[in-house]
Amino acid sequence: MKTIPVETTINGDSTEFLCNADESLLDVLRDRLGLTGAKEGCGTGDCGACSVMMNGRLVCSCLVLGVETQGAEIETIEGMAKGEELHPLQRVFLEEAALQCGVCTPGILIAAKALLEKNPDPTDTEVRYWLAGNLCRCTGYDKIIKAVQTAAAEMRSA
Amino acid sequence: MVRVKLWGSLRALADGEEWVEVEASNFKELLDALSEKYPGLAPQIKRGVSLALDGVIYREAWFTKIGPENEVVLMPYMVGG
Amino acid sequence: MAFDAQAERNFKVVGTRVLRPDGIDKVTGKAAYGADISAPGMLHGRILRSPHAHARIVSIDVSEAEKLPGVKAVVTGADLAQPEDDAFSDVAINCLARDKALYDGHAVAAVAATSKSIAKQAIRLIKVDYEVLPHVTDVDEAMKPDAPVVQEGRALETVPAGMSQNVTTHCQFGHGDLEAGFAKADKIIERSFKTAATHQGYIEPQACMASLGNDGRGEVWCCTQGQYMVRANCAAALGVEESQLRITASEIGGGFGGKTSTFIEPVALALSRKAGKPVKIVMTRDEVLKATGPTISSSMDIKIGMTKDGRITAGQGVLRYSGGAYPNATVEMGAQAAFAAYNLEAVETIGWNAMTNRPKEIPYRAPGAPTAIYAVESVVDELCQELGLDPLDVRLMNAADKGTLSSYGPTFNEIGLVATLEAAKAHPHYTAPLGPNQGRGLSCGFWFNFGGNTCVSLNINDDGTVGVVEGNPDIGGSRASISMMAAEEMGVPYEKVRTVIADTSSLGFNDITDGSRVTFAVGLATIQAARAAIKEMCRRVAKIWDIDEDAVIWEDGCAKPAGPNAGTHPPMTLAEIAAIAGKTGGPIAGHHEVNADGAGVSFGVHLCDTEVDPETGAVKILRYTVFQDAGKAVHPDYVEGQMQGGAVQGIGWALNEEYIYGEDGRLQNAGFLDYRVPVASDLPEIETVILEIPNPGHPYGVRGVGETPIVPPLAAIANAVSRAAGVRMTELPMSPPRLLKAITG
Ligand code: FES
Ligand code: FES
Repeated sequence: MKTIPVETTINGDSTEFLCNADESLLDVLRDRLGLTGAKEGCGTGDCGACSVMMNGRLVCSCLVLGVETQGAEIETIEGMAKGEELHPLQRVFLEEAALQCGVCTPGILIAAKALLEKNPDPTDTEVRYWLAGNLCRCTGYDKIIKAVQTAAAEMRSA
Repeated sequence: MVRVKLWGSLRALADGEEWVEVEASNFKELLDALSEKYPGLAPQIKRGVSLALDGVIYREAWFTKIGPENEVVLMPYMVGG
Repeated sequence: MAFDAQAERNFKVVGTRVLRPDGIDKVTGKAAYGADISAPGMLHGRILRSPHAHARIVSIDVSEAEKLPGVKAVVTGADLAQPEDDAFSDVAINCLARDKALYDGHAVAAVAATSKSIAKQAIRLIKVDYEVLPHVTDVDEAMKPDAPVVQEGRALETVPAGMSQNVTTHCQFGHGDLEAGFAKADKIIERSFKTAATHQGYIEPQACMASLGNDGRGEVWCCTQGQYMVRANCAAALGVEESQLRITASEIGGGFGGKTSTFIEPVALALSRKAGKPVKIVMTRDEVLKATGPTISSSMDIKIGMTKDGRITAGQGVLRYSGGAYPNATVEMGAQAAFAAYNLEAVETIGWNAMTNRPKEIPYRAPGAPTAIYAVESVVDELCQELGLDPLDVRLMNAADKGTLSSYGPTFNEIGLVATLEAAKAHPHYTAPLGPNQGRGLSCGFWFNFGGNTCVSLNINDDGTVGVVEGNPDIGGSRASISMMAAEEMGVPYEKVRTVIADTSSLGFNDITDGSRVTFAVGLATIQAARAAIKEMCRRVAKIWDIDEDAVIWEDGCAKPAGPNAGTHPPMTLAEIAAIAGKTGGPIAGHHEVNADGAGVSFGVHLCDTEVDPETGAVKILRYTVFQDAGKAVHPDYVEGQMQGGAVQGIGWALNEEYIYGEDGRLQNAGFLDYRVPVASDLPEIETVILEIPNPGHPYGVRGVGETPIVPPLAAIANAVSRAAGVRMTELPMSPPRLLKAITG
């Protein structure tokens, strides 16, 4: 199969890659670019483990084709911390034990950050509905919701 | 002599008895004596059994000491998740 | 190993909420899970699966697939060894079928190719000639004498003659005179229940990367709950020696019991051996649901008698479980656990396992217990309802306690059930008002908990820090708890300890991470290893001070003279001792190897309020509280996390999750869209109340906590829903169509 050259910006760095026409953005990130932070939990858009931002929109990278990202701005979990400084969501998730196995965590952090950018002061219900597309099988979500709220409060007062 | 309690479905293989008595001072001797006295129990013992000693479950522990004063109960070998 | 005499011990590290050591990697995407590793020259493996529920494999023609450019190896069941041991043989045959495909999704062949898409294309070129056989997927059908036989000759000697060959296990537990017991009852209720198989639903599909040379030396990287288990299964399936296989456990993206078996590693090794290159296999979600561990499905009859003041006079249960296409003993645990919460004069449980054309059951948190206890707790609740009794008072009146002859044989020693029930009764949740269409349910839960084979090495580093090497994959923060216990025992700060998980060549054998055993058993071995290292340090210091070994004690991370008679030496810190270890006899380490027992059974009680929509049959969980005896909670955050996570998995089992088979015996919902696990918006806050009743079998009083929480939700929710809907629900899941049908008649 012929590969297609694509130019994008990933976490602020301009990035060029070759991919097949049927290859998902998730496969490109993981297999071609070595960015394995986004996880494949289903490949069908049902679990959110592959969540990334594309042009400011939260997407399941398993449902986006690599070739669709021509000219796009992509943000992944690898770009969330600034050097050694964690994003408040990352730090609070750690402090409040909002992860057990952690495989859902990259997707949930990306999704939560997208929420707080839109709505810095969500209700618990709003957080729960926003994150309804991100499955976590370990935590029962409780500590995740609380951590998002703690981080949101911190970010509001920052 | 140690008195050992068998679970229900093993009783048919041990002359219908709920409690059986064998000469043993530890778990291994107990299992050997049981297999010898009641050959019908041997396949289950070979597959694996647990032993509850005064309420504490031991999964293998051959050399766990047992005596007439202990409550000894055979249980199937168990796995978890 | 007994609970320390120092009952009033003041813990410094244990019981605090420290940061986990793997946390930064996990919030930044750096942590390497099963699918996150690649190797130079690596090939991609893919597995062809049976589209039939039951079929004889007449022939497999791989020639077209082999011809496809980029395909480097094709394997079938003939490429795996035939282990003599039944358990190993079942695993091997489940990895690649031999004569028959036993269920929809059973692996029949696999390819390795230079790209994922070539591998995908290649498996379509494999021609399998199937002779389709009649199938059976329902446990009750499978037990009928004329049912299609899944496998022949697999029944144990405990199964009476004349039954269907699908019936492999029979067991019976209990004591007392049932007839006399039922005669004393004022009310007897007899009900039949059915529960669907559910899946562990870990978010990370099974994944591995494997390499095997024709000299029998191999390496595997995989997500598993037990690298030593993978080694044993692979060695048996490949016919190689364990010493030659090194298995490294990756970070693991959930397991819940589902990663206590092997599905792809032997296939990847076989492909690698043929191709001469490393092979990576990552399962799709569809494959995970079709071919890896669901639970048993069940059909159960429960009969319980009660006096009008709430005393249970007798309990009887018949459990029919199907663990899929292979013999399975999970029913034994269900039958033992069913009535464990009760002090009964007369009780009997009978268990049967029947094979069906479904995937091989793999343990899921407290295997066997949730369904059995669901059925028992439903009938107890109905009796309370009928007799106008308070369900918590009735549980308290009949609760098992120290000295109770348990339903499974032994007499209980210290158990925390009564305290847990009392905590539930005292909680404001129990008396909060309910509105229309709302109901409150409760249930007890129970699990045995295990210890098991464990090796731990603890090294004193020359800068005075401590390295712990253990062999159990960290599935929910166990490296933190192990480091905490090492720090506690050594008297050093938590930050000075690092715990790593060894590969199979770096540490002796460890049982899988199961049975809620890690914090208990690995913790226990860590404490012992620390004590060995301390002993050695005291010995060295005694030499330096030129006093008796016994005259040196260890306190707050220092060696000190035991008393005035020992002299006035200033304490030596661990760091000071470590720095000169080379001069005093060489590196200092402690280790401990044990098959730990004394894990201590665990009880929990869940309270749940639900609201039923009478128009749609949808159920909303309004409020949920989990009460559990955790023994000493080493890291309370992760204990709460286990309680919350287990409860939510149980909520899924009660309300939505199920394996749905069509007439054709094929699984109809192999995806997260149709196999619906709970999402954040389905749930309220899950409140937790931890009771810390020390386990007498552990030096710090630690008890396993991981499994019990999945047990009570099934009945707690069924009881709440039945009360809210005004109709007794006897089948799980209580999905909206099923509930609506029950409401509308
Ligand atoms: S992998 Fe993309 S949503 Fe599950
Ligand atoms: S922490 Fe394991 S899936 Fe969320």
